[in-house]
Amino acid sequence: MFSIWLTLAVVVYLLAVGYLGYCGYRQTAGATDFLLAGRRTHPYVMAMSYGATFISTSAIVGFGGAAGVFGMGLLWLTVLNIFCGIFLAFVFFGGRTRRMGLRLDAHTFPELLGRRFQSRFIQGGAAVLIFVFMPLYASAVLIGAAKYLSQQLHIPYEAALFIFSALITLYVVMGGLKGVMYSDALQGTIMLVGMTVLIVLTYWHLGGVSEAHAKLTAMADMVPAKLQQGGHRGWTAMPAFGSPLWWTLVSTIVMGVGIGVLAQPQLAVRYMTVKGQRELNRAVAVGGVFILMMTGVAFVVGALTNVYFQETTGKIAIAAAGGDVEAIIPMYVKGRMPEWFSVLFMLTLLSAAMSTISSQIHAMGTSAGRDFYEQALGHGAKKGGRGGAMASRVGVVVGVLVSVYLGYYLEKTMGKAGVEIVARGTSIFFGLCACAFLPMYVGGLWTRGITKAAAIAGMLSGALASFLWMLLIHETTAKALLFCKAVFGRTSLAVGDSGPMSFGPFVWAYVDPLIIGLPLAIVVTIVVSLFTKKLDEGHLELCLGVRPPRS
Amino acid sequence: MFGIPDVWVLLAFVLSLGSSVLCVGWGVMRWNEADPVEEPSEELRQWNREENLVKDEL
Repeated sequence: MFSIWLTLAVVVYLLAVGYLGYCGYRQTAGATDFLLAGRRTHPYVMAMSYGATFISTSAIVGFGGAAGVFGMGLLWLTVLNIFCGIFLAFVFFGGRTRRMGLRLDAHTFPELLGRRFQSRFIQGGAAVLIFVFMPLYASAVLIGAAKYLSQQLHIPYEAALFIFSALITLYVVMGGLKGVMYSDALQGTIMLVGMTVLIVLTYWHLGGVSEAHAKLTAMADMVPAKLQQGGHRGWTAMPAFGSPLWWTLVSTIVMGVGIGVLAQPQLAVRYMTVKGQRELNRAVAVGGVFILMMTGVAFVVGALTNVYFQETTGKIAIAAAGGDVEAIIPMYVKGRMPEWFSVLFMLTLLSAAMSTISSQIHAMGTSAGRDFYEQALGHGAKKGGRGGAMASRVGVVVGVLVSVYLGYYLEKTMGKAGVEIVARGTSIFFGLCACAFLPMYVGGLWTRGITKAAAIAGMLSGALASFLWMLLIHETTAKALLFCKAVFGRTSLAVGDSGPMSFGPFVWAYVDPLIIGLPLAIVVTIVVSLFTKKLDEGHLELCLGVRPPRS
Repeated sequence: MFGIPDVWVLLAFVLSLGSSVLCVGWGVMRWNEADPVEEPSEELRQWNREENLVKDEL
């Protein structure tokens, strides 16, 4: 009986998403509609779309599970997600990005950067970076969702993967960004309801907010010896300063994602979809609550699962889940929550996955079609709006095929090593985007002094430094990418025979690529700007408005 | 406070709620506030669209 309700809920949900995709299709007439949802999106739709795109299944299940291991210190990521990812993003980046996008008639994030610095290389280079690395991020989300769907509905994994990717492709190709954002709004609302119920029931079962936290605090002596050696001091305390766990938590999880969000192409493009600053202001209120209820709830519940597992099995969460971090939250929901909530939670995870993937493949498609094929290669200059949308639609299909291929065949051909590569997709993409785009994006929005050569140098140095650090130094990523082991015979160049190399508090093998790549890219951008030709003043006035008179 | 003895985790817990309240407050206070900077005019945007087309052709 339960499985009938489950199947029915999924069918109704998929029909609703399909209908919204159709609505998007009906309202899409040209390139501006396909690429920017007509620049007239409602603030609720924009905020929900932004939030739902940002929060994938991995943010709830993966990072929630990580909170089951690391504890409530992950809440620093929630702080950064809300403050940087919503407040700074909408209030400071949003308005300027939207105005500059209008002035330069930019339709995508790479196009905005390319036109701001009068460089097709930047537009093409950014598009290539997105199209090459985003499929890894997309396949991580896609494969996770297909596996979850096949388990819940008892259908073959291949069938789930096919249905899932075909449906998303259909509504992105047909409805463009309008279809994506309409369905995101529905999906975001489902996620909001699901996570609200989850936190209320969790605190209810554990006797209230303070009582629940106190029970978790009292479990500090149950931390396994291995985690204690890594710096773990309990689930309601931060790891010891400078320890491997501290570096992973602070540099990779908190800063890597918290700062990386500002330069995500699929998110930044959403500022250009609204009519004005008023809509962005309204979206701040919705977005702030949404992100709190997603990441905040996932991290608190993830940590509190330790209390539940300790009370029911006598084990901590990670031990009860057999060492599988991503199994912690689903096991908790299945064991502790009422049966009806499992349906709601499944729809929550399905929504989280679909909203993220649809935006990813839209960004991949527009990067390949609009930015690379049309603009950087100059193929579509005379085709006008329809031509632009057609190239992007083809790009969407190619992007999906590449993502499915990567996720499916890496696992089939490389086994566990393939799964590891895909699992690192999110952090690789976030790190690369932040290092490559953030310096010129910030410089382009706020200053007149960043030159074209500096923007290019910053982008290349940031991307290269970040990528090399991932490939050779950052142990978790380097281990997954296999290159360092194959060439140098060890998992990281920063791990010697006597253990990880360090300098003061810096344990290099645990320092995230962002901590190295971003400062380097900023320095290169500033230094090169000092010695290279400034952009034309007329162009700067077009981008940033008339220079205010000197006092 | 809140059953969390570690000051850094407690701070993160409070700031999570606080930053969310900040967002709601900001949104509500500026619910109807228009853009402080003048919108680029339609002529400017049209001119730029044509400029982009010419540049593409060149």
